[in-house]
Order: sequence, then structure tokens, then C-alpha cells
Amino acid sequence: MFAWKGKILRVNLSDGTVKAEPLNQEYAEQYIGARGLGTKYFVEEVDPKVDPLSPENKIIFMAGPLTGTFAGSAGRYNVVTKGPLNGTIAASNSGGTFGPELKYAGWDGIIFEGRAENPVYLSIYNDQVDLKSAAELWGQDVFATTDALKAVMDEEAKVCCIGPAGENLVKYACIMNEYHRAAGRSGVGAVMGSKNLKAIVVKGTQGIVVEDPKAFMEAAIDARTKLREHPVSGQGLAAYGTNVLVNILNEHGGLPVKNFSEAAVFPNAEKISGEYQAEKYLVRNKGCFGCTIGCGRVTDIPKGPFKSAGEGPEYEATWTFGANLAIDDFEAICRANFLCNELGLDPITLGGTISCATEMVEKGIIPRSTADLRWGDGATLVDLVSKTAYREGFGDELAEGSYRLAEKYGYPEYSMTAKKQEMPAYDPRGQQGIGLNYATSNRGGCHVRGYMTSPEVLGIPVKVDPDETEGKPALLKLFQDLTALVDASGLCLFVTFALGLPEIAAQIRTATGLDLSDEEYLLIGERIWNMERLFNLRAGFTTKDDTLPPRLLKEPMKGGPHEGKVVRLDIMLPEYYSLRGWDEQGIPTEEKLIELSLV
Amino acid sequence: MSKVLFVEPEKCTGCRSCELICSFIHAGEFNPLRSRISIIAFEKTGFSFPAVCQQCSVAACMEVCPVGAISVDEATGAKIVNHAVCLRCKMCTIACPFGATFYDADHDLIIKCDLCGGDPECVKHCPSGAISYREAKTANYNKRRANAEKFREVMEEGR
Repeated sequence: MFAWKGKILRVNLSDGTVKAEPLNQEYAEQYIGARGLGTKYFVEEVDPKVDPLSPENKIIFMAGPLTGTFAGSAGRYNVVTKGPLNGTIAASNSGGTFGPELKYAGWDGIIFEGRAENPVYLSIYNDQVDLKSAAELWGQDVFATTDALKAVMDEEAKVCCIGPAGENLVKYACIMNEYHRAAGRSGVGAVMGSKNLKAIVVKGTQGIVVEDPKAFMEAAIDARTKLREHPVSGQGLAAYGTNVLVNILNEHGGLPVKNFSEAAVFPNAEKISGEYQAEKYLVRNKGCFGCTIGCGRVTDIPKGPFKSAGEGPEYEATWTFGANLAIDDFEAICRANFLCNELGLDPITLGGTISCATEMVEKGIIPRSTADLRWGDGATLVDLVSKTAYREGFGDELAEGSYRLAEKYGYPEYSMTAKKQEMPAYDPRGQQGIGLNYATSNRGGCHVRGYMTSPEVLGIPVKVDPDETEGKPALLKLFQDLTALVDASGLCLFVTFALGLPEIAAQIRTATGLDLSDEEYLLIGERIWNMERLFNLRAGFTTKDDTLPPRLLKEPMKGGPHEGKVVRLDIMLPEYYSLRGWDEQGIPTEEKLIELSLV
Repeated sequence: MSKVLFVEPEKCTGCRSCELICSFIHAGEFNPLRSRISIIAFEKTGFSFPAVCQQCSVAACMEVCPVGAISVDEATGAKIVNHAVCLRCKMCTIACPFGATFYDADHDLIIKCDLCGGDPECVKHCPSGAISYREAKTANYNKRRANAEKFREVMEEGR
């Protein structure tokens, strides 16, 4: 096999065995890698009704065929499991160098089964793979754990691990690699925690070869050139990181404020923008493996109560700790973000949960004696990050996510979630397409399953009217399917700002030798999407779950460019089902399953 | 030797594109350990340093070689290893003060930067401009200029 390494590690944590097995070539050809291939293994082996935090759940780390090659921005791996936050299929994606290093060690992926009796970590040096005691690492944060494992193996080794949040089964704990990069969403870190699996450390010395080196390099150089020349991937993201979006979304009238309760325009957006960050706090830009974009930010708060340094914050974190909590103190936002990295927490869901709680406190639903929360309070935010990771006091309630919290107090409608996962930084009343995306995303509230902000706000690949519903279901289906293919390949989603299906398919084709047409590659994306959908349906989700909080469907936007708008899911969803080849209940038809070879 | 490979670590994003293109051009595979240029990453603080042979005029690797296997490419000034003559004694890897000449155990080869014959691939594919190939005489002129610029600002603001 080319581009793939052709080997999978199977680790049974219950009996402590580690086995190498050949990569299932049929799976690889039908599902490519990473999100697609990992999910294929998962759905074949795990009961959809499984309790996510039980030993019967599995957790799979999978790289893609392009991961670790010269393809533009190909440093990704995916973590696939059933997520404890909402019980959907979880495929959480991370960059950095962990995925490439796994392949240099000779492995496409790792399947973890069962539960270890005592804390362990997996040590991989090429074919030398061992489960070792993590007794001394348990309780340590992400930074201390990473330091310790590098000291044991090699300074150049790559570490992914959980922090205290994962150990304490916080429902939205993430998995961190190389200190700052995160497989952030769905609570994949809690699944590691439930298995007593603290970390993976990997070092490899082997190379990756591609099927047609000359054609692959032509395709990769073409892709890299386009990425470097595009205004978003070559300039905007490079200059200001993802926080370039703060001012853009604010001007668009789509930056949600105070738990989506006000007009999506934050008066002090400038003070939390990428431009402000670059001017006052930026140390340098940082790139994931093989990336021409380099959207990562190394940020330093040199003094004051929030003195700290780290990577980020990314746009979503800046928003969730900023506009969504009416906090305009960028230093507090940074501190909260860095703490999330150190403790292993997903900022989007944490900020969304605190925002939901704050609204309920302000409305008198949660008594101030329980939690004295106010809008615009940076110091309390920073305090709550640690309390949540360690489940101390009110942090124990926050650790369950906004849906369980709001439901507990009798008002689930204040949870700004789709399928019980917190929505990110785009008010869907200002973008009809992103509303449909949130409602239909296979992992619930999420922007990276079908990034409709690209056409609706940024005008990529074409500008469409954000308030219009017509044409959105078809465009979203295309974005969702293409994204699934990109995620399966090992490429970063950000390549889609500059690259289309032809450039993406050309790199996969020439690397793997899998001689499919562009359309057949896109069909693989559609197959992945439907496979995830089938898992969720078997797990018990129905068409009733393809929805949004009533606020977004019934309360008109209170001001800004999209004043008066609600999300017209009623118009878009039936058309979306029909275009997907699903029946009125959102179930894929027999014909569709046959077309996708999913029967 | 009119041109040098000039690295500016402050511009490096640590993406390792240089390692990928170098290992591909020289070894036909993507493998950072077979790249002649290495990114030394300090992951926690985000600092990265591109480490590569500086083609020393007084080259320890060359001087220490017992069989004269390392010679100068007259066109570029690059110190080139003749694998047919090389004993793999690794004295050059010990002598190089930067660790920029090293031993590829899997393939039994001494490897070091050869400047790609005068058209370094790493330079072409560095997205942040952290590696450049420029005239030796003026290679770090831009640093002098940047420093002067700061001085000018202070002086002119003070007026």
C-alpha cells in the first residue's frame, strides 16, 4: 500500500494486550482514512446503544493517507468514539505533528478496547509498543504529562494526553497533543479517562512513500501554491489567525452575544479581535505539520492578574469566553483559554455552559447563592475553568454541559445546543445555511461539519445571500460531503478556502493510487456522512433531534443586519432530507444505501 | 561561494515543509529523519529553529575525514559527501559543531545539506520566508537595516 502504512494497532486495555493487524484494505479504499476509516472500524465493532463511558465503548485514533506527506496542510488525525456529551458518533480532529509521527512509527491508527484496571499510557517507538503504568502521571495536567513523557522517551517524541478534566469525566474533556493542539469536541477526553488511559507517546523513524511521486508532487505543489496565494488561507488566516473572524462576523451581525439572547453584534468586538491580538499580544505565528497557512498564534499576556502564555485563543474560544459572556477583556479570555489547554477542556462547550448558567442566574432560575454569575466577569470565568475541570462546587454542574444543567433547573430551552452539543460562534439567524448545518450535523452543534460561513459570509467559493433559504440544502450537502472527504484524507479543513474537489482528489489519488474520478471521491464523503447518520439513528436519534433551540426558531433576531430573522428550518429540512435521499423521517432510503454500498 | 543558506528562526512557524521536501528530493520519501534540514521545535513555547549545514569555510567535517570523502562543490561552496569513498566512520558527525552532518543508520549513509546544486528546494517551499538563499556579502543586511529603522524611529520621535 502507498501513503497508508498498512498496519493498525489493537490495544486491549482490559487484558493489557497489544496486537498489530493489517489495515483492512477494503475499508481503506471505501473510507480513505482518519474520520472515515476510523468510523468504519468503529461502527463495525461497537453497539450504537453502548454507554459512552463504559468499557464496551472503544476509542480509535486514525491518521489519513495524506497525513505526514507533502500535501498542503496534511497534519491531521481523528479520534473516533461514541461521545459522552450527547451520545452521537464523535470524530474529533486535531493537527500538530502527532498524526504524522504515528505514521512515521509505522501505524495508520490505534484501536483501544476495554478499560485498564489502573492508569496506563501507551508507548510507541516504531514496532516497540508497550502499555506502561501512568500511576505517577494521573492527576497531572497536560503540560506536566507531556513534559514527563518526553523526558522518558525522547524530546522529539509526540505526546497526546488528557488532563484532569478527562480524568474527572467532564463531559466535554478534550484530548490534547503537543501541549496546545486539541481533539476538542464531543468529550473524547472523558472516554480516555473512563478507560484509565492517560496518554500516548510516539516516536517513529520510518518514511511514507506515495504511489506516483511525480504526479503527487505536482498536485501537492499546485495545492500549496493556491493555498499561499488565496486571500483567506494565504493572508487573512496567516496574518491574524482564526480571530480574523471576530470583526468579520461582528460586522456581518452574526457574532452571538449573551447566550444568543441579544442582537449578534458585540459593541466591543474590536477589543477581542485578531487585529488587537496581533498588535498587543502576539509572539509569533505557528503552523501545524506541513502547513503553509500557519494560523496558530503564540500569545503572551506579560503582566497583570491574567499573566500567562500559550497558544490561541482561536476564534471560537475568543467568542465563547468573550462576546458570549459579554467579556471584552482579552487577557481574561486568553487566561481561560490557556487553562482549558492545560486542563484539557473544550472551550466552546465550557463557555456555552457558563453562558447558559449566567442567563439562568440573571433570570433568577439559578439562585445567586448557588452561583454568583454576571455578564462581563472575566475573573469568575477564569476561576470556573479550574473548578469545572476538577468538578469543584458549581463546577461539578458545569462539567455536565449546558443541556443537562438547564434541564436540571427546568429550562432546557436556555441550552444553546443542537443534539445537546453547544453551538459555536455563528448566530444562525444571521446565516440560514449554518442553521441547517447545526441541525443536521452528525455530532450536534458544530461548525466544522459544513462550514456555510464560507459562502454565506466570506463569499467562498461564491457569495450567497445569508438570509436566503433557497439553494442552501444543496450547498450544505455538498459542503458536508466534501468536508467528510477532507477529514478522511488527513488534510485540514482550512484547505477548502483555496482548494476545491479537483485539487483535493488529485492529491489523494496520486498518493494512494486509488484511481477514482473526482465524483467518486465525493461519493466517499457522502458514504461517510450516511454511515455516521445510520449510527446515530441506531443509537436512538430521530428526526426530532434534527432541530435547534426554540430561541433560534421563534425569537426574531433583536437587531443588526439580520434583525427580525429566525432560522427557517421548516423550509430547509424537508428539502435537505429529499436531496440526501432520506425519507420524511430522515432515514436513508434503500436506494440511497445501495448507491453508497452501505447495505 | 557567493551565496549562503540563510535561516531566520524568528520567522519559522515550525511547519516542517522543508523537512518534507528535502527528504523527498534526496530520499524519495517523506521522513523528517532523512531530511538534511531539521526543525528543532520547542513545542511548549512555540519556538522553532531550522538547523542546517552552514557550509563552513573551515569545515570540520572535511578536515576530520580520514579518506577525503568530503569535497567542495566549486559552483556553490557546498561540502559534498562522496558515498563511494566514505567509510561511514562518522568522524564528521562528531566533528560538526552543529550536528548538521549525521548518519542515516537505516540506509548506511552520511547525510548533509548539498544546497541542491545551487537551487535549494527548502527555500522554495518555506511558507514563511524563514529560509532564504542569498548573496553572502549582504545576507544579513536586512537585520542591520531593521535595527537602524528602530533607531531612526526613536531619533525622529525624539525630535
